[in-house]
Formats: sequence, C-alpha cells, structure tokens
Amino acid sequence: MFRWIVLRDLTLAWKGRVDVLSTLFFFLIAVSLFPLGIGPETNLLRLVAPGVVWVAALLASMLALGRLFANDYQDGTLEQLLLTPQPLYLVVLGKVLALWLVSGVPLALLSPVLGIQFGLSGKALLVMAVSLLLGTPVLALVGSIGAALTLGLRGGGLLISILVLPLYVPVLIFGAAAVDASMVGSGVQGSLSLLGALLALSLVFAPWATAAALRISLE
Amino acid sequence: MARINWYKYASPTNFYPFAEKMIPWFAFPAAVLFIVGLYVGFFVAPSDFQQGDAYRIIFIHVPAAWMGMLLYVLMAIYAAIGWAFNARLSSMMASAISITGAMFTFLSLVTGSLWGKPTWGTWWVWDARLTSTLILLFLYIGFISLQASIDDPRRADRAGAVLAIVGVINVPIIYFSVQWWNTLHQGATIRLLGKPTMAPPMLAAMLIMLAACWLYSIAVVLVRLRYIIIEREQNAARAAEVSV
Repeated sequence: MFRWIVLRDLTLAWKGRVDVLSTLFFFLIAVSLFPLGIGPETNLLRLVAPGVVWVAALLASMLALGRLFANDYQDGTLEQLLLTPQPLYLVVLGKVLALWLVSGVPLALLSPVLGIQFGLSGKALLVMAVSLLLGTPVLALVGSIGAALTLGLRGGGLLISILVLPLYVPVLIFGAAAVDASMVGSGVQGSLSLLGALLALSLVFAPWATAAALRISLE
Repeated sequence: MARINWYKYASPTNFYPFAEKMIPWFAFPAAVLFIVGLYVGFFVAPSDFQQGDAYRIIFIHVPAAWMGMLLYVLMAIYAAIGWAFNARLSSMMASAISITGAMFTFLSLVTGSLWGKPTWGTWWVWDARLTSTLILLFLYIGFISLQASIDDPRRADRAGAVLAIVGVINVPIIYFSVQWWNTLHQGATIRLLGKPTMAPPMLAAMLIMLAACWLYSIAVVLVRLRYIIIEREQNAARAAEVSV
C-alpha cells in the first residue's frame, strides 16, 4: 500500500511535471532576485547566502504543499483512501515522501548551483545540500498538517502560509546555521544533528496529526 | 443538596446564564486590582537606580507577556478537551481565549518596544525572547485565521485543536532554537532584566497587576464566550426549525 501510494503520486507528478518544475523555477528565481535587491558585492552576498537560499527553500516547499491533497480531494480519491483498512498514517507518509522526492530533493540538488552564484566555497555548498536534504522532509511533513487542515477552504493557499511558516522557524534556524558554521570553519555537526532530530520527531508525529486533520476536513 | 452538578454547566445553554452571573465577580475585582496595582507601581514602588522611571512599564509588560504564553497553553488544553470529549463548550472556550491571548502577546510586544527605546536606545532587538514572542503572536494569528475561514463550527473547533496542539509541541522547540540562534549570532549585548533582586513594592505591584490581568482575562473570555454561544446556538435553533 505504501509503495503503491508513493509510485502513484510519483506517476501523477510526472504527468503534471509543469507543477513540479514551476516550484523549482520559483526557487531559482526567488534566490536570483536577492543579488539584484542587495547589490553585487561578493562579500555581502556570501554572508546572506545561507539565509536567502533557506528562506527561498521554505517558500518553495510551502508552495508545493498545495498539490499534496488538493487534487485527490477534488476527485474523491482521498475519501476512498480514508476508507481503506490500511492505517492513514502510512497513506500520509507515502504521499509526503512522494512530494518530497519531487520537490525537496531537486531543490537540494539545485542549491549548490545557486550557492556558486553567491560565491560559497565547496564545503559550504556540500553542507547546504546536505542540510536541505535533511530539512526539506521536515518542511514537507510539518507542511502536510497545514495542507490537511486547509483542505477545501477558501483562500487556502494564503492561509496555509500563515499556519505553516511559524512552525518552520526551527528548521530555518538550524539549516542556515549549519551553512553559516561551515563558512566560518566551525563544526557543522551540531546543527545537522539537530536537523536530524527534528526530522525524526516530525516523522513520528506529523503524519499522525495530518491523518487526524484529514479526518476532520473530510467529515 | 449543596452538591453542584458540574456537568450541567458543560451545556452551552446552561452555561450562558451562569456566565452572565459570574462576569461581574471577575470584572469588578479586575478593575479594582488594576487601579491598586497601577497606584503601587507608579507611586509606591521606588525608581530604579539604573533605568529611572522608565522601568515602570514592566508592570504592564511582564504580566502581559506571561498571560500571552499561559493563555496559549490554556487555549490548547481547552481545544484538546473539546476535541477529545466532543465538548462544545470547551472548544468555544478555546476560541474565546485565542483573541485575548493574541491581544496580550501583542501588548507585550508593543510595551516591550516602548520600553526598549529609552533603555536600549532601539525599538526592536532580535533578542531570543522578543523573537519567540513574535512567533507566538504568529501562532495565535494562524489559529484565529484558520477558525475564521472555516464556516462549519464543528470543523473549525477540531481543526483549531489540531493546530493548537501542534503549536504547543512546537513552542518549546521554537523557543530553544531561537535562543540558540541568538547566542550563535552574538546578538544584542543588552540583556533583559539584569537586576538580581526586586524591591518588595515592585514585586507586589507586579503580582497585583498579574492577578488583575488574570481576572480581566476570565471576565473578557466569559463575555466573548457568551457571544459565541448566542451565535452558534441561534444557528442550531434555526437549523432545527428548518429541518422540522
């Protein structure tokens, strides 16, 4: 069941790849706007790079959340999924995993290219990609709660940002801190471990909360 | 027969007149304590040797900040009870508390920045406490706007409960991450409240103000609760009429 959900969502994402690509392009364009606003000085850009890339990643993964349940909700698939005997926890986990594979992973893989634009060193680029790989699943997991709560509401897209962005704060802090630490040459392990801890915590609790929220929204 | 049947008051229709009777018992002591607390705070408590009279905003600022945090937890507890036991009144209580809690959080931010200007020379510092209070305000705003955009009151109650519980789990994580972030970035060198001890009248004024804020919150929450009951039960009555 879990595998079926993941494969199904990946297939659907492949069929509608414009959506997937637009999230990536959003990330790319948002990050590229900052040098235009701040100015081309390399030193300054290098200083703000971790924060800028991470904030853009936050916004991009938030935008991707709209796809998580909306289509299945509209065509009634979600209701059927709720009726299956399999635990809803696994269904949610599968859908989130598929979302992360098409939004979080490409984002992390793309980030070194953007980091080069900001003049980051090789090690910082690697840490950035790793921190994004660890952090984006947390964003997808926590975001899925917001996506489930706002299902079918008017102004859902805007509402989800108000609900979810404050909850993203710890991920942003630890993610950007890891890249910062690698730039000044201090240990990055602490921040990455904390990101890992957040991931473990949200893996356990977030799908459960999302499942509860789905039941409430589909009542 | 002195025993009170508490379950009776779990029903909104029974609670409504009860709340009406209770409100003056909280509102008047709140008003009296506000006056007493402000009097003690402004005229009895001595000036601070470092900050002069500017520190006196503490008598509003600290109780407001405490209320902002406590009410969030209280709101989450009521929302969770309402969700778990299907207790309508409890969920209504959570909605009633959310506005007051957001108000106090906002008040603590405003008074904090008014206090920061004369003592730190700046309106805003990205201090750990300020930042986490700001995020707490965002969490309140999320709760209120989620409930406001759901038309079905039952769904609004439960969705709010999920969000409030997730928020409560996150509050300590956010608090510690912000604190850690602050020390990492070597933020402001100025610290809140460097004083080791407080003069007794200062402490007394603060505790009186805190009690006043509690009583005020209870009174206002009860008033708001009554409005929520009127609104929802009227709808229920109308729906019953239509179905008949």
